Amino acid sequence: MRLMTLIENQSAAIPAPREITTKPRRSDQIFRGVVTLGGMSSLVILGLIALFLSIKGFNVLRVEQLSFITDSTWEVIDDGEGGVAQSTYGLGAMLVGTFLSALIAVAIGVPIATLTALYLTFYARGSVKRLLVSLIDLLAAFPSLLFGFWGFIVLMDSGEYWAKLLNKYLGFIPIFDVPAPIFARSPFIAGLVLAIMIIPIVTAISREIFDQTPLDRIQAAYALGASKLAMIRSVVIPYGRGGVIGGAMLGLGRAMGETVAVYTVLNIVYQINWQVLFGAGGNVASLILLKFGEAGPEEVDALMAAGLVLFLLTLVVNASSDILINKFGKKGR
Amino acid sequence: MTPTENSSNENNMEKKMSATTPSSLASVASNRQQRVPGTNLLGTGLETRGVHAWFGKKHVLSDVSLDFSAGTVTALIGPSGCGKSTYLRTLNRMHEFIPTAALAGEVLLDGQDIYAAGIDVTKIRLKVGMVFQKPNPFPSMTIGENVLSGLKLAQLKKSNTDDLLESCLVRAGLWSEVKDRLGEHGGALSGGQQQRLCIARSLAVEPQVLLMDEPCSALDPGSTFRIEETISELAKSMTIVIVTHNMQQAARVSDYTAFFLSDGGPGIMVETAPTSKIFSSPIDKRTEDYVTGRFG
Amino acid sequence: MTQLITPKPQTPWATTIQQRLNTAVLIVFGAALAGVAVKTTGLSGKLGFSVSFFVIASLLIFIQQYRLRDLAAAKDSLLSSFASLAIVLTLIPILSIVGTVVVRGYRNIHFGMFTEDMTMASVNDPVTAGGLLHALVGTIIMVGVALLVSFPIGLLTALYLTEIRGNLTRPIKFLVQAMSGVPSIVAGLFILSILIIPVTQELNGLMGSLALSILMIPTIARTAEEMLLLIPNELREAGVALGATQWRTVSGVVVPAAKSGLVTAIILGIARIIGETAPLLLVSGGADALNFNPASGPMGSLPYYIWKAFLTGGTEEAYGRAWGGMLILLIFIFTLFGLARLLSGRKVA
Repeated sequence: MRLMTLIENQSAAIPAPREITTKPRRSDQIFRGVVTLGGMSSLVILGLIALFLSIKGFNVLRVEQLSFITDSTWEVIDDGEGGVAQSTYGLGAMLVGTFLSALIAVAIGVPIATLTALYLTFYARGSVKRLLVSLIDLLAAFPSLLFGFWGFIVLMDSGEYWAKLLNKYLGFIPIFDVPAPIFARSPFIAGLVLAIMIIPIVTAISREIFDQTPLDRIQAAYALGASKLAMIRSVVIPYGRGGVIGGAMLGLGRAMGETVAVYTVLNIVYQINWQVLFGAGGNVASLILLKFGEAGPEEVDALMAAGLVLFLLTLVVNASSDILINKFGKKGR
Repeated sequence: MTPTENSSNENNMEKKMSATTPSSLASVASNRQQRVPGTNLLGTGLETRGVHAWFGKKHVLSDVSLDFSAGTVTALIGPSGCGKSTYLRTLNRMHEFIPTAALAGEVLLDGQDIYAAGIDVTKIRLKVGMVFQKPNPFPSMTIGENVLSGLKLAQLKKSNTDDLLESCLVRAGLWSEVKDRLGEHGGALSGGQQQRLCIARSLAVEPQVLLMDEPCSALDPGSTFRIEETISELAKSMTIVIVTHNMQQAARVSDYTAFFLSDGGPGIMVETAPTSKIFSSPIDKRTEDYVTGRFG
Repeated sequence: MTQLITPKPQTPWATTIQQRLNTAVLIVFGAALAGVAVKTTGLSGKLGFSVSFFVIASLLIFIQQYRLRDLAAAKDSLLSSFASLAIVLTLIPILSIVGTVVVRGYRNIHFGMFTEDMTMASVNDPVTAGGLLHALVGTIIMVGVALLVSFPIGLLTALYLTEIRGNLTRPIKFLVQAMSGVPSIVAGLFILSILIIPVTQELNGLMGSLALSILMIPTIARTAEEMLLLIPNELREAGVALGATQWRTVSGVVVPAAKSGLVTAIILGIARIIGETAPLLLVSGGADALNFNPASGPMGSLPYYIWKAFLTGGTEEAYGRAWGGMLILLIFIFTLFGLARLLSGRKVA
């Protein structure tokens, strides 16, 4: 009883915490102000990009509205006096092409990158591992122009050959069929080049995630008599699944926005083409590049609108990837 | 559990926990029913001959020869950093996971060197199980799946998994608490329950030896008590080696105790004896200094 | 009895020479069988051989593991085989690309390249005519100006994230990530829409630099943030405990301590943009003549030079010229990365 009273008395006597305030010095106030402004630059820049592309593209979007995205005709007819008689702007075919080539890149690149990351984390050791990691980082540093160039000159022949094989044996599947035997400069080959471009990024992210798998769970699996495969399946994959998917989406975003590599490798034809082995396609970014040289003011506006669509698209994909990686990558389950 | 059962358990706990002097440790140890080795048909147990361990150039364990007779509980005691855990890991071939690890000597399970060429290491780990200091159930699996995960990982086919699931949980002392929630996730349990889940998990593959690396150091006294009861039960059907910092625990659960020590160099095994003896009349002065608390 | 001699450390679990030999024999045998398969069935060429080699060798190893151990070990060997395949598939393009650039580029460079521009030559002329001086100068100037803009902004952003850590930290981190995903052509379009069309009506080096800055800022901000986080908090506490304001602590203690890290951030930022082509195609004009003034007149750059040679040429000479330019560009990139490695002494993502 006495004990209780003592405790009660004590809790009555505990004071509330004091509020501590500091008035920062002048120089600090300026410092904080400047740094905060600088920090907000990314917000400002992104906002300005969205704003100005919208402003420039507004007229075209107002006229075309949803058909800007769904239609597949991009046509400008001059009226002979430097003006425009008639024009339609529809991104449809190029949007399909953007997704198609990016999806092919992810379908080919992500499995290879994930397995490579598994190899580097769980099989490679010492100086061999360091060398391999350096080489893959090097791949990440190559400019996209180099990939386009190399893809056009070196990979094209092999790519055509593989496409012909695919067509020969799997041609009964609609996407592997072709309307005419033109296999060069197809979305498939563009997808191959894009896959090679995204492998280093996805490998790097997957590797970071695999490295962070909690050691005690790995040891628990081994202590139960697991083989390496069983351990990876039961511990590493459940832990890293979300983060790896996030990395894959980052690769997707990169592939969707790629310009010069697609421009040089793909034969840009303005019509929707699902048949990936056939040499015709395009994506929004390469369209912008293609049309820009000769575009009159109105067409430039339309290209700005296209740029806005591309910007928003990649923003959404990258944002989702970010959320996935931060939610699952750093802490896992 | 009814209130009266609860309080009587607590009384038992308090009685056991109050032993602090070596002589009382010794009496605690002798109060336990001494198990005679070899009375169970559990094979010849685990024997180690001249085990040394290195991490790179650093010699961390020197010349440990120790036998663990089948059906006994052996405690490994000693101050931190003297190689007890390293030694434990050589017994189930977990030592080799550290990249610069090396060892010398032999570890014999039922007379066969587990490091011999051509031995399938995953089979060894099925026979020599391990429970870790920090409970580590697989969070992506349910409680039921966790217990049986050993079977899945080693790709063992068992016919009646439900019976096995129940018996492992019963032996680990967890069945009554989780029998209605086997479908919940492993992470939802308390620390002590998680550790018992890990014990149940390691029982599912039917090991001959169970290694326990300070299994109670991260747990509260109540859970510690439950696990010590479990250990006593389990020892009827397997050999147990437990590393512990807690001398009272060693006195409570083990039949034999080995004292490890390092003077800055590699760890050595100073003395091994039946538990009551090591606390009442240790042979080596260093052992005596440690168990009387002169250092530690 | 005490042991007088310590035995030698051993690793009985390591893969023995015998085991390695066994695996090697299986692989060679697999290659031979694959060769037979290629000769006798319809499979042909490098692809046919490679696929059958991989399939046969993996199968042989699978069977070996199954007989030596058990099914679980055999399945484990399959993962091992596929993981090895993946690393090989990743390495092949790297080696091919580097090899191609070196072999084809080497033939197409000459010392005169560094002293001439393209005003008197066309891309289809033999490589000995004309040069890339204007491109080199252009790239250096544009990258330099971009750096002048991007480094302060990137550093301030990083400082906000590490030193001030106000309420906007999460959004700003997120936005920096988002900014690093902006397609390079969108950066070019943006500069067009905000500056060129409404204001300057001119394509020049400065416009190019600004477009490049958009791509450079996130790289510098992220790397600088990583480097600043490496500075132990004790240093900051020491400064504050001496009575310094936050401004003085950061400028006098933290930033100097992170000097080499910030230089790394700069180097990586440069490496990121030095090969960027798309925005420059839109906003920089791509001149053939030497131009030292970024604010007036079109300016050439290495990527533009390579692009012109590759796409507006079409002859072997033009392609050769492009490869030569590419080799120079790649040497720059290698050097920058090597420097960054040296400075940071660890892997920089």
